[in-house]
Amino acid sequence: MNAVTTTGSAGNAVQVQNVSLTYRTTFERVPTFKTAIVRFGRGERAVKEVEAVQDVSFDVPHGNAIGIIGANGAGKSTLMRMIAGILPPTKGRIQVNGRVSTLLALGVGFNAQLSGRENVVLGGLAAGLSRKEIQERYEEIADFAELGEFIDMPMRTYSSGMFQRLAFSVAVHMDPDILLIDEALSAGDAKFKQKAAAKMKDLVTNARTMFLVSHAMSSVKDLCNDALWMHKGKLMMRGNPDEVIAAYNKFLQVGEDAFSLEDL
Amino acid sequence: MNATRVDEDFTSSVHVYEPHRAGLPRLGPYIRTLWHRRQFAAEMSRSNIRAANTNTFFGQIWLVINPLLLACVYYVLITILRSGDDADAAERFVHLCAGLFAFYYFSGALTTGASSVVAGGKLLLNMSFPRLLLPLSAVRTAFFRFIPTLIVYFPIHLGFGQPLSWEMLLAPVFLLLLTVFGAGMAMIFATLQVYFRDTSSFLPYFVRMWLYLSPVLWFPEDAPERFESLMIFNPLYSLLGGWTDLLVRGQIPDLSLWIGGAVWAVVAAVLGSLFFMSREREFVVRL
Repeated sequence: MNAVTTTGSAGNAVQVQNVSLTYRTTFERVPTFKTAIVRFGRGERAVKEVEAVQDVSFDVPHGNAIGIIGANGAGKSTLMRMIAGILPPTKGRIQVNGRVSTLLALGVGFNAQLSGRENVVLGGLAAGLSRKEIQERYEEIADFAELGEFIDMPMRTYSSGMFQRLAFSVAVHMDPDILLIDEALSAGDAKFKQKAAAKMKDLVTNARTMFLVSHAMSSVKDLCNDALWMHKGKLMMRGNPDEVIAAYNKFLQVGEDAFSLEDL
Repeated sequence: MNATRVDEDFTSSVHVYEPHRAGLPRLGPYIRTLWHRRQFAAEMSRSNIRAANTNTFFGQIWLVINPLLLACVYYVLITILRSGDDADAAERFVHLCAGLFAFYYFSGALTTGASSVVAGGKLLLNMSFPRLLLPLSAVRTAFFRFIPTLIVYFPIHLGFGQPLSWEMLLAPVFLLLLTVFGAGMAMIFATLQVYFRDTSSFLPYFVRMWLYLSPVLWFPEDAPERFESLMIFNPLYSLLGGWTDLLVRGQIPDLSLWIGGAVWAVVAAVLGSLFFMSREREFVVRL
């Protein structure tokens, strides 16, 4: 293995240095032979460049809970995927110190024909745990999700809230150093949201690091001690959640053109 | 895993993600990670098999019913085509079963492997792991669907009065080569399907034609003479020809079949895995 050169302090959970992600996508939503041939006949190139994230840099020390806010399509999820190692950046460098657990897209690794129990095993193995480690955590995961007898029923019988509860429970019990959560709690009921919030706080006090993408400003204020605001792929502001949210709200009111950070 | 550099111990410590060049990931860490996560591929395949027939009345017995019905269909077909003037009808039927079961193993690996990446969409978007696990898991699924058909084969073999011979013990060599070849093809088609979704509609016809071009409905030496020299370019000619020669007739296949089968298997696996690995980091933005 390469000697990894650590720049900056070793206390950082995540270092993002001048990262950009540009991906080229086809015009059609789903690529097919026909469109490829038609395009070839016209001598057109199939690509359209999307600059999802542009020159973003930040460090996150261990034990931070960082909320990421911004409009749809701001590049929040893309940033999370890059930190998780799912998408390689086009420019720049990301260093992640620690084990990452993700809750990015719902119902992941989950086969709806199988019971919750079998899916927990599948999800755990996908995350890189051994069978024994999953057995050790299984009771905790099942208890936390509070599915009762549904845990042994096929997941196609689950409501969307139950689905999310189980997915969340699996993700937080993977014993991660860094937890990445993308809009995970939208379908949970109030009681579960409180419980999940308590669990996330618990993780953060144990020097774990959490990234939370949310459109619910109250949960960012409540759970995070740090915040990032992204807009159209650019990092607009980094700082205290209250300040960042205030700036974001102001931005929403006055509109993009009239806004500059100096107005604050 | 899409990183250019992956830590040796995938589950903990430092990961660095940097832009990747268009080429391949580092093979050493990649293969180590692949090996480390093999249980995931196995579990995914196991759960797919379990889930497949849960809604049907016969359940897992379908794994045996399917090949039997298939053999019946093709038996009727070739009996009609040959209009019954056949002396070695028993041998022909046993040969048909052996070839057909192996062919369906291959086509199962190919078709499920081809759709494995696209079908795993959500999984790919959420987790980072060596994507090669997906087609490999599909090949494992196909293999475990093939096992019951092999069990069905032996009563047929004995029931139609075919002798047992020691040469049959060599047949697994061709089965292994067929598996390696199938895995390679599954990787190639899985990658193609990400770029061209039509591959999945086009594939069944391709597979069907390949069936007729391969020595399943006919014996390897029945190949029309003008095509005989071209036959070696059909990988399944060597692979299935060797398999049925050993299993059904208990005769050692020609050296050309051994060499042809091995070469095709290695070429497909190497090209397939390199092609897949060089493309897999782009899959997420293409789904």
